[in-house]
Amino acid sequence: MATTIASARAPTFFEEVVAATPGADPHLELCLQCGTCGGSCPSGPDMDHTPRALFAMIDAGMKDQVLRSNTPWYCVSCYYCMVRCPQEIHITDIMYTLKRMAIKEGLYRESSSSDAYGFSETFIDYVENYGRSFELGVATRYHLRHHPLSAIKMATGMGFSMFVKGRMDLTPTRIKNLDQLKAILGKAKELGGAA
Amino acid sequence: MNKEKVGVYVCHCGTNIAGVVDVEDVSTWAGEHDNVEIARDYKFMCSSLGQDLIEDDIKEKGLTRVVVAACSPHMHEKTFRAACERAGLNPFLFEMANIREHNSWATNDKVAATQKAKALVNAAVERVVHQVPLEKLPVEINPNTLIVGGGIAGITAALELADAGNHVYLVEREPSIGGHMAQLDKTFPTLDCSACILTPKMVDAGQHPNITLLSYSEIEEVDGYVGNFTVTVRKKARCVIEEDCTGCGICEEKCPVKVVDDVFEAGLGYRKVIYRPFPQAVPKYPVIDKENCTYFLRGKCKACQIFCPTEAIDFEQEDEILKFQVGNIIITTGFDLFDARRIPQYGYGRLANVFTSLEFERMVNAAGPTGGNIYLRDGVTEPQSVAIIHCVGSRDKNYNEYCSKVCCMYSLKFAHLVHERLPEADVYNFYIDMRTPGKGYEEFYHRLLEEGTHFIRGRAAEVTDAARLPGEEGKLIVQAEDTLIGKQRRVPVDMVLLSAGMEARGDSKEISQLFRMGCDFNGFFTERHPKLDPVATMTEGIYIAGACQGPKDIPDSVAQAAAAAARVAGLITQGTVMMEPVRASINEEACSGCRICNTMCPYNAIVFHEDRNVSEVITALCQGCGTCVAACPSGIITGAHFTNDQVFSEIEGILWDVRSKPELVPVD
Amino acid sequence: MKYGYYPGCSLERNAIAYHQSAMAVAGPMGIEFNELEDWNCCGATEYISIDLLPAYALISRNLALAAQQDLEGNGNQLVAPCSACFLNLKKTDHYMAESPELSEKVNAALAAGDLHYEPGSVSVRHLLDIVVDDVGFNAIAEKVTNPLYNLRIAPYYGCMIVRPGNIKSFDDQEYPTSLDELMSTLGAEVVDFPLKAHCCGGHMTQISESVALELIRRLLKNASDYDADMIVTVCPMCQLNLDAYQDAVNKKFGTNYNIPILYFTQMIGLAFGISPDDLGFGKEMVDAGPALTKIGAEPSLKPKKKRPSKEALPMPSMGEDG
Repeated sequence: MATTIASARAPTFFEEVVAATPGADPHLELCLQCGTCGGSCPSGPDMDHTPRALFAMIDAGMKDQVLRSNTPWYCVSCYYCMVRCPQEIHITDIMYTLKRMAIKEGLYRESSSSDAYGFSETFIDYVENYGRSFELGVATRYHLRHHPLSAIKMATGMGFSMFVKGRMDLTPTRIKNLDQLKAILGKAKELGGAA
Repeated sequence: MNKEKVGVYVCHCGTNIAGVVDVEDVSTWAGEHDNVEIARDYKFMCSSLGQDLIEDDIKEKGLTRVVVAACSPHMHEKTFRAACERAGLNPFLFEMANIREHNSWATNDKVAATQKAKALVNAAVERVVHQVPLEKLPVEINPNTLIVGGGIAGITAALELADAGNHVYLVEREPSIGGHMAQLDKTFPTLDCSACILTPKMVDAGQHPNITLLSYSEIEEVDGYVGNFTVTVRKKARCVIEEDCTGCGICEEKCPVKVVDDVFEAGLGYRKVIYRPFPQAVPKYPVIDKENCTYFLRGKCKACQIFCPTEAIDFEQEDEILKFQVGNIIITTGFDLFDARRIPQYGYGRLANVFTSLEFERMVNAAGPTGGNIYLRDGVTEPQSVAIIHCVGSRDKNYNEYCSKVCCMYSLKFAHLVHERLPEADVYNFYIDMRTPGKGYEEFYHRLLEEGTHFIRGRAAEVTDAARLPGEEGKLIVQAEDTLIGKQRRVPVDMVLLSAGMEARGDSKEISQLFRMGCDFNGFFTERHPKLDPVATMTEGIYIAGACQGPKDIPDSVAQAAAAAARVAGLITQGTVMMEPVRASINEEACSGCRICNTMCPYNAIVFHEDRNVSEVITALCQGCGTCVAACPSGIITGAHFTNDQVFSEIEGILWDVRSKPELVPVD
Repeated sequence: MKYGYYPGCSLERNAIAYHQSAMAVAGPMGIEFNELEDWNCCGATEYISIDLLPAYALISRNLALAAQQDLEGNGNQLVAPCSACFLNLKKTDHYMAESPELSEKVNAALAAGDLHYEPGSVSVRHLLDIVVDDVGFNAIAEKVTNPLYNLRIAPYYGCMIVRPGNIKSFDDQEYPTSLDELMSTLGAEVVDFPLKAHCCGGHMTQISESVALELIRRLLKNASDYDADMIVTVCPMCQLNLDAYQDAVNKKFGTNYNIPILYFTQMIGLAFGISPDDLGFGKEMVDAGPALTKIGAEPSLKPKKKRPSKEALPMPSMGEDG
């Protein structure tokens, strides 16, 4: 357990990351720098920094570079790293934390994966307003905004085939107690944090 | 009752205690106690001058009890007890109050610390007046020694004791002594041939007049206590009459059944059903594997008996039970290799050309299944590239958290052997850290660098045969992050070696219960003190040495074995040993025979006398833990030096300043 | 056996074949599903990337509803067929149980909607789990009327069903075998391909198509190298990626994979003799028709085991796996 030093100084970047990760303890301070995570990651070769390198940078307090890195955006949440980590570090959960922090600080815009946030944002917009996800809506808005040309290609290619097969809704579905969900989400946003 | 005369000595311990506790105040305050004859404070009580103070006061003032308020009893209880004894006062009429580790080292609050020091001194004074003189018990030491396990550690210990003129029983569960060291090819860092340095010792042990070698035997029961153990051994039936067997080996030749040799050949080779584990086996007598023998399974064959020139085969042979007395026991049962099948992503067992370290040792051994040639699993193809993965099953919370100490060195050794036998081959070592702490070890690492080994700093994530990039088809691919470059790499190789860690033997928990000693959560036997007493255990008379205590290489195993032997030799020379009198005793007249204490005792130190229906504590086995004292429903078991009177008065002493003020005691 | 049922957004339309086939085989297996009323989206891997507490609140609304709606009648259990939904629900429950502060905050948010969730009160399970562990292989074997002889099936678990590492899972996290055994029980020839638990890329198709297509290509290549006739999945995302993007993979890499990707419940339905139309067949982009014609009336003869050569070294024994 990372000892919390009861002092008046501001938390380090390391401490911020740990505090913003859910669960009792993500064990980040136990990192041996063995490289199992970087070795297991399916998208590892395409990341700016391997997860291991990123942890070394977090420990060094390199907040800017870490939050600009495309690494968390390339994480596919497969949990291989977390299963194999010899120190049982909650790596995938930390990747989610870094995504959230990169958004909050606005630094995601400077990563080579700057439109990944746009996808998530579009997705949750539908969830918040309907209670369910809406693929056609997400795909259309996201692609039109970020890659308009490929949007057209998708619509006439895969999108069309999916529709023909009956695997795509043209309109979103709304849950009954949407007000209840909105109230819950509103309160959650107000409370904030990761506890 | 005559009032006792207690001497109280409050130590300054330089500034360790005096810097926080007002020692003069405590000393003056203690002097006002009823029973206290004299109270002093002094800078360093443990010094010879400090001790003189105690001795002089005992003689001149006729002190009947002594209290020293200072550091922990672990540090100096022995010192002050000895001082009392020198002055003619029984050492168990001494009590120590720890006002350093329990007080001055735990707080900066001077007022609170001084108050607590008074409480602790008061407690010691109240207690000590109830203490009674106790005498240490002499126990005779039987000069025979039992050594369990005939690997390099066991053989060393046996030879050391035997050469010193003492008799040793060496018990080994396999048909031959030699242990894991007999399986190895070369040993690091000198690259000595393992068998060449081991077999002379094995022969010595087998022929030594002072060593009774009981091979293919298991310990069934151990009773007794230090100096007087009764050991029951089951000598398993070899089905070979040892007096008649000449070791000619015809039986092995003629046996028609071959099975995979899981033990000595690590599953990489075969052996016959009647077999000697290896040619230099000591003793030379073969053994019949009853589970696979045609005669035992179906009543047919008997080829070995037919061809034996001296009629030494006896299918009817039974196990023999032997019983003998020893004074001390040295446990040298060695280790098991971590089971690499527990890590599916390394492919051991699925992918043919993934080998464990023991399998590879057998492969490179000139007497092994491939005659010392390095081949793939097909037995004919030489690999052109070999990957060696460090830390398999070690340094990993998912398996064993500890570092197995020897694997970096033997991984380097493997790299060297590959270079030696296959000069054109590429060798890759995947490591996290390079641990080479011994004599000549770092230099050995440099030698491997010179030999052109590729060292990749990155723990191998997986070994797969799923080709992805060109050049990977038909190969085994080791995927790891090369952390020094910061990039994930896929290295295609022909053969992968898994440097698996050392683990405690699979049955080490049962063994520790058999001998009534401790073992830790990893199964390694617990030494008495990790720094200062690595070969003794908490059980008197039982010693441990070698890999059963923790992963270690051959020099360390030999050193520990020699240390254990020296300890035992010392005890044998002394002839008797004095045992601490802090033990339990049962008031037989009041004992109802409920036997609750029998099952509670962790040291099996209580016997039940059927004829009189009472339990009795075997004083020499009792370690004074107090469990039976607390468990007895009639309260008739006394813990010497921890009687109810003593403990309760100690408690009353501590509560001196709150006793009369009940409102100060918080009630939830 | 009654269970609470959480379909997840995908099963409503995109993965309707999964939902249809699951409902069709539930009855024969003695399962009654009670769909959670008014459930909401679990947020997939999207919400948690943006804001933690709302993400957990979103997920736990479902847990709270499950706890309210006939929990005991459903054996305290909530079954999710989609691996991502399953992981989200399970993980939320686990972290809330581990961290009382998180639980407090989530419940404070839920309270705004008059809901409450006590961590640990709902047992979240994957559909594959209840089929192999609660129904059991023997019971399924009894119901098989049309064994899938000769069909070479590559069972594909995807990544989320047996992970992450800190929460106990119902099968091995590196090398699961429950789906393999299930397919074998149905009479099919199981192709044990090494990448059976590797990630399909999830939403990477939207983030970086090149990375995603490479991940998908690896899986298709591996299954193809092992001569699989089809890949059977347990997750709508995996099915979508491997199926809908197979064409794109072929175009980019110049390959010509034609491997149908189906749901395990569809295969159970076929083996139970249910008509393919009732099992959502025809919804897949890569037509399963040609592969299904391979199903034979009798199991194919196993090729004679090659006798190991004299020089070959013995392989390590693998215990009961042989």
